[in-house]
Amino acid sequence: MRAGGSASGAGAAVEISGLIKRYGRTIAVDGLTMACGRGEVTAILGPNGAGKTSTIEICEGYRRLDAGTVRVLGLDPADPSLRPRLGVMPQAGGVPPAARAGEWLRVVSRFYAHPLDPGALLDLLGLTDHARTPYRRLSGGQQQRLSLAAAVIGRPELVFLDEPTAGLDPQARHACWDVVTGLRDAGVSVVLTTHHMDEAEKLSDHVVVIDHGRVVAEGSPETLTGAERQLRFRARPGLNLDELLSALPPGSAAKESPAGHYIIEGQVGPQLLATVTAWCATEGVTAEDLSIERRTLEDVFLELTGRELR
Amino acid sequence: MTTLDFSPRPGAAPLPRMVLAQAGAEARAMLRNGEQLLLTLIIPILLLVGFSQAALIDVEGSRIGFVTPGILALAVMSTAFTGQAIATGFERRYGVLKRLGATPLSRAGLLLAKTCAVIAVEIIQVVVIGAVALALGWSPHGNPLWVILLVLLGTAAFSGLGLLMAGTLRAEATLAGANLVYLVLLGLGGVVFPLTKFPSGIQPILELLPITALTQGMRSVLENGAGFPTGPVIVLLCWTVAGLGLAARTFRWE
Repeated sequence: MRAGGSASGAGAAVEISGLIKRYGRTIAVDGLTMACGRGEVTAILGPNGAGKTSTIEICEGYRRLDAGTVRVLGLDPADPSLRPRLGVMPQAGGVPPAARAGEWLRVVSRFYAHPLDPGALLDLLGLTDHARTPYRRLSGGQQQRLSLAAAVIGRPELVFLDEPTAGLDPQARHACWDVVTGLRDAGVSVVLTTHHMDEAEKLSDHVVVIDHGRVVAEGSPETLTGAERQLRFRARPGLNLDELLSALPPGSAAKESPAGHYIIEGQVGPQLLATVTAWCATEGVTAEDLSIERRTLEDVFLELTGRELR
Repeated sequence: MTTLDFSPRPGAAPLPRMVLAQAGAEARAMLRNGEQLLLTLIIPILLLVGFSQAALIDVEGSRIGFVTPGILALAVMSTAFTGQAIATGFERRYGVLKRLGATPLSRAGLLLAKTCAVIAVEIIQVVVIGAVALALGWSPHGNPLWVILLVLLGTAAFSGLGLLMAGTLRAEATLAGANLVYLVLLGLGGVVFPLTKFPSGIQPILELLPITALTQGMRSVLENGAGFPTGPVIVLLCWTVAGLGLAARTFRWE
């Protein structure tokens, strides 16, 4: 169920046009243009240093931009009237190390007119048993969850989450996903950055891939991964793919990555499937875990941003 | 899974509620911090008892009457300057100030909350130190209004200096510097060692220190029952304007 966009006016939740941000001689954001829809979850993907955090911190009003325009809920990010309308989860920290989790969340809740109940929120995020624990003695995942709780406690219209699931165990990731889904269902706009492709694919309505401070691709997860399919199977490593390729229609591609895992791309249909299995039979191998899949967002991401380490 | 109503209902709380919540958090943090308590209560009380009971200093009149006003001034400095500088320096380092900037609590609101927390802790200090002093035979004189004025002005002057330090130096440098300044001013400011023991040439310079002004002002009222402490008030006002003014211009929030 979708409650629909927020009541306060039309337009995108975030509109960025020609954004430039420099740190000394380094250009962190280089003419970035993108928009995040109201009531949608937008995931910003990009390698480390791509400009994700700079962009998000400019939207949050933390950093000044060098050029371009940024509108958040139609306003200048520095506009103080935005503060109660935004929820912010920074990448790390922001909580006094000695503050007890429950007390700190209660203090933050007192800054808002209609906050969620801190106790219920602690409960939702599995922190009730740690309400009296000082922040510095929480695990990394518990600290992240407390920070997420503080980002949503004021019932904001728009939430910025900078790598919300970094360092979380699977249970905590799912709890975080439930919160994001809950926000979206309630009509809250969410902008998040992440390195987890499955997370972006699962949660977001809109994915923006940025690299070197620019948008390199954007769209729904479905549009980005495209209609193109791949055939995948496992077999003994080192099969000679040249022979297979000569039997496949032109324009097909075949690769072994990693060893023993084969991926065939092209016009994946009954004909191609029959050719591949026939070839396997002549090679005397059984194709295991044979499946036809869409490309994953991770494939698209690596294609767009390259494989070299940053 | 518990379900919560996330539907947007944004709004800032009224300023007094925000300030009170933040002030409460800051006061709790100060009172729970062992090192801070050492500085704000334990050292002042040890000095009060030690210097009033043992003949360590040579003063005219009663020793407790001389020492107590100095210790009250020291208490104000420990909370408004040393404690506040160290706490704020680390808040800056840990991104706490930055995080608060994303909430409806404005910077002015945050400073107001810090001031309220400092004053709340000072009230506790005055009550505890006063009770110990009374038990040791202290009989205060003078107009309490002038004492309150001096404490407030001293708080403003020392807060300005503390925030100036916290907003410009690294947290570790603030930690070391604020403790060093505390010790130096404790020694030089007439807190327990009478100013008359210093060479007469440097006495006028020492009298311009904020701690000396506060100590002498408190002593003139509480020990001698003097009227409005004009000199100390002017000195403290100058430090307040300079400290808060410079802090406002140089403070870096992250």
